[in-house]
Amino acid sequence: MADGTPSTVPEIVRELNARFGDAAFTLQRTADGMPTLWVAVERLQEVLRWLKNEAPKPYKMLYDLTAIDERLRKNRLGQPAADFSVVYQLLSVERDLAAPRTAAGDLRLKVALQGGTTDNFPHLPSVTSIYPNANWYEREVWDLFGIVFDGHPNLRRILLPPSWKGGHPLRKEHAARATEFDPYQLTALRQDMEQEALRFNPEEWGMKRGTEEHDFMFLNLGPNHPAAHGAFRVVLQLDGEEIVDCVPDIGYHHRGAEKMGERQSWHSYIPYTDRIDYLGGVMNNLPYVMALEKLAGIQVPERVQCIRVMMTEFFRITSHLLFYGTMAQDVGAMSPVFYMFVDRQKAYDVIEAITGFRMHPAWFRIGGVAHDLPKGWEQKVQEFLDWMPKRLDGYRKACLENSIVKARCVDVAAYNTAEALEWGVTGPGLRATGCDYDLRKVRPYCGYENYDFEVPLGHKGDIYDRIVVREEEIRQSLRIIEQCMKNMPSGPYKADHALTTPPPKDRTLNDIETLITHFLQVSWGPIMPAGETSFMVEATKGINSYYLVADGGTASYRTRIRTPSFAHLQQIPSVIRGQMVPDLIAYIASIDFVMADVDR
Amino acid sequence: MFSWITPDLIAIVWGMVKAIIILLGMVLTAAYMIWLERRLLALWQDRYGPNRVGPLGLGQVIADMIKIFFKEDWMPPFADKFTFVLAPFLAMSLMMLAFVFIPMTPNWGVSNTNMALLFFLAIAGLAVYAVMLGGWASNSKYSLLGGLRSTAQTISYEVFMGLALMGVVIQAGSFNLRDIVAAQDGLWNVFPQILGFIAWVPAALAVVHRTPFDLPEAESELVQGYHTEYSGMKFGMFMVSEYVGIVMVSGLTVTLFFGGWDAPLWFDRIPGIGAFLGEQIPFVWFAAKTFIFMAGYILVRAALPRPRYDQIMSAAWLWCLPIALINLLITGAVVLWRAGA
Repeated sequence: MADGTPSTVPEIVRELNARFGDAAFTLQRTADGMPTLWVAVERLQEVLRWLKNEAPKPYKMLYDLTAIDERLRKNRLGQPAADFSVVYQLLSVERDLAAPRTAAGDLRLKVALQGGTTDNFPHLPSVTSIYPNANWYEREVWDLFGIVFDGHPNLRRILLPPSWKGGHPLRKEHAARATEFDPYQLTALRQDMEQEALRFNPEEWGMKRGTEEHDFMFLNLGPNHPAAHGAFRVVLQLDGEEIVDCVPDIGYHHRGAEKMGERQSWHSYIPYTDRIDYLGGVMNNLPYVMALEKLAGIQVPERVQCIRVMMTEFFRITSHLLFYGTMAQDVGAMSPVFYMFVDRQKAYDVIEAITGFRMHPAWFRIGGVAHDLPKGWEQKVQEFLDWMPKRLDGYRKACLENSIVKARCVDVAAYNTAEALEWGVTGPGLRATGCDYDLRKVRPYCGYENYDFEVPLGHKGDIYDRIVVREEEIRQSLRIIEQCMKNMPSGPYKADHALTTPPPKDRTLNDIETLITHFLQVSWGPIMPAGETSFMVEATKGINSYYLVADGGTASYRTRIRTPSFAHLQQIPSVIRGQMVPDLIAYIASIDFVMADVDR
Repeated sequence: MFSWITPDLIAIVWGMVKAIIILLGMVLTAAYMIWLERRLLALWQDRYGPNRVGPLGLGQVIADMIKIFFKEDWMPPFADKFTFVLAPFLAMSLMMLAFVFIPMTPNWGVSNTNMALLFFLAIAGLAVYAVMLGGWASNSKYSLLGGLRSTAQTISYEVFMGLALMGVVIQAGSFNLRDIVAAQDGLWNVFPQILGFIAWVPAALAVVHRTPFDLPEAESELVQGYHTEYSGMKFGMFMVSEYVGIVMVSGLTVTLFFGGWDAPLWFDRIPGIGAFLGEQIPFVWFAAKTFIFMAGYILVRAALPRPRYDQIMSAAWLWCLPIALINLLITGAVVLWRAGA
C-alpha cells in the first residue's frame, strides 16, 4: 500500500526512490511504522549493496533475515503476489544516532518468491557477498522454509540435523504437533546413522586436513563440554593448541519456538517467550507484548511501564551476574560463581515475591502485567538495592582487578565496531567496542527516557571490556530499579482496552454483549487485527525482537524471533582464528549466550 | 630358643612397622585431604560442602571410597591397554615413594639417606610420565592435549625447581633432609632462602598440578585433561595421587624451609607443655605446619584463576628461573664469604 503524502514518507524511502526510481519499490504499511519496501528479486543485490556501501549514513548491519510462507495468508493488504517472501531487516547505527528517538535506522526489504513444492523450490540470489552474516540466516531459511539461495557458499541445514528427512518445518503444510507424526523410535541402526551424519568432514567446509609437513588436529568441542554453555558444538582445526579455523555447529537446542507461535493463541504464547533467553525471564515477554500492543493500538498505563522497566532490569542483573560468575569460572576461578548465585537468589526472592515465579514468570500481559505489585514490595526491593553494591565492589577486587584475569582477557578475542556491525553484534558486545548504541537511550521505550542512567562503554572490544561493560551495567540497572521504586506511579496495572489479556471484567456482569466478548476472549483468546508488527528491546544479551504477522486470527500467522545470541555465535570463527584453545573458552564465555536463545 | 631374635632383626622389624604406620597415616591423610578440601572450599565459597555422612561429613570419604571401589572399571576400547593401566599406578606409587624421605620427627621417617633431595627431584621428574602416558594411552584428543601440556609444564618447572632447592642444600651442606632440618635450628630457611622459597612455591604447585598450574586437567578447557577417559578405581588412583602429592609437597616445604619438626618461635621454651611437645612428640609441630600448607593449597585453588599455558611457561622462564639463579648466586657467595672469614 503506497502512501502518497510525502511528509510521512521516511527519509530512506525517498533516498531509495531517488536512486533506483519509484517503480523499483512497493511500499507496505506496517503497524510498527518501520519503512517496509518490496523489491524485485533481480534488483535485490544491487539495492542491498548500495544501502550498505554507498548510501548516505549506510546500513552496515543486516539485523535479521527471515521468510514468510504467504500461501495461506488471507489478509495480504495489497502486497505483491507471492508464495513466499524473504524479509531483510537492516539497521543503520549511524542514522539512529544522528536522529535519536525516531527509529530512523530501520529498514525492511521484502522479496516476493513464487514456487513451493519440493521439486520446485523458490530461488533467489544469496547476499552473503554483501553481508557476511547472511550466511547463517540464509541457511536457516533454507532449513525451515526450503528456499534456495543461489551462490551461498555452504547451503546446508543449520538447526535441524543433517540427516533430517521431515522437510521444511516452517512451511504451512508441515504439521506442528508431534501427535500428527508416527511415534519416534531410535533403533541402534538409526542411532549409528545419526552419529555418522554428525561426523565432521573438513573438506565439506573447505578445510585442509594438514599441510605438507604435518596434520591438523580436529577437536570436537561440544555439544557436551563444560565450557560450551549449553548444547553448543564447535569443531576446531588445531595446530598444536593454536586455532587455525573453527566451525560452530548449532541446532542441538532447537525446539521450534517460532512454529509454536502459529499454534498458540496470542496470549498463551507468552510463556514460550520466557524460554527463549531462559536467563532473561520477563525480558523476553517485553518485545512480544509491546509488538502486539502496537498492532492492537493499546496504550499501557504509566504504572505498567514502570513495573515492566523494574522487572526487566532485575532480570538484566540476574543474567549479568550469571555471566560474571561463569566468565570467572571459565578462566579458572572457581569461587566467584558461588557468591554470585547467592546474589541471584536475593534477586529471585524479590522477583518471586512480585511475580510468583523465579526464572520464567511469564508475567507480562498484552496491555499490562499479570497482577499489581504486592504489599510491601518496596521493602524487598530496597533490601536488594542495599545488598548488591557492596558485593559488586568485592567482585571488582576479586575478579576484575585480578592480574591473571587481566592476562587472560585483555587484548584477547578483540573486534572493532565495524566488525561488530558486520556480524550483527548488539548489546554489551557492541558497546565494548566503544559504539554508544543502547536502545534504551537511542529509542527509549517504556519511558526509559525518564530515567537517569548511563550507558557503559568499552574501547578495545576485547574480553575484558565486555566484562567491564556488563559489570557496570549491573550498577546502572540498580540505579534504574531505585528510580522505579521511588517514583512508582499509581494507577491500574492493565490497560483499559478490549484486546488486553485477560480482558477487563468490570462491565461483564452488566450486559450480555460484554459478557460474551469476555468469554470468547478468555476461551479462544483475543483476535488481533491483521497486519505486521515488530518490536526491538535491549535485552540482556543484545537486541531481541519479535516480528509478528497477524492474519486476523487468534494465533500468529508467522512469529519471527530475532535473538542476539544467534548472530554472536556466527561471529566466532572470524574473531578466534590464530588464537589458542583457552582463549576460545574465555571468548565463548564473554559472548554470554544461551543456546535456547540461539536455536529457539 | 629365641636366639634368632637379634637386635638387628628387631631394628629391621621395627623399621618395617614404622614404614607401614607412616604409609597408612599418609594414605589416610590424603584421603581425608579430599574431605578437607571440599569443606574448606565450601567455607570459602559461602556454602556447606559434604556435611551429611557422619559427624561433620567425615564419613563422606568412606562412602566415596566404597562407591569408587565398586564402580565399573570401564576401559575405553580404543585405549592402549597396558599403558592405560600402568599410568595411574605410576602416579600413585611415585608420589608415595617421594614421601619415603621426609623425616617427620628426629626418629620417624621411612628412609634416612644422604641422597634424599636428589631422589625427590628424580621422582618429581618421573611423575610426569604418569600424566603423559595416561594422556597418550587414552587415545583421546582431550587427554592428549592434557598430557602435552603436562610435559611442557614439567620441562619448564623441573629446571628451576632443582635450582631453587640448591640454596637450601648449600646452606646445610647436605642432601640429607634430617641434616637440612638440623641446620635450621635457630633460623628457618624461609628467611635466608626467601628467594628460593618464592621460586619453590610455584614449582611445588606445578609438580602436583594444582591451581593455577592445573592446566593438564583444566576442566573448563580440556574436560578433565589427561584423565578424561579414566573411571572407577583408576581414576581414583589419579585423584588420590594428587592428594598424596599435596601432603608430600607440603611436608617437603616444611622440611626444607620451615624447620621440619622444630617448634615455631619460643613455643618450646614454654615450661611444661612446650617442652613436652618439643621433646616427646615433635611430630605435632611437623603436622601442624604441614596442615597449614595443605590448607594453603586449597586456599590458592579457591582464590586464583588459571593462566594460559604459554603465560605459565613464560612466567617460569622469565621470573622463576632468574630468581632461583640469583638465590643460588647469593647463597653461594655468602657461604663462601663466611667460610673465608
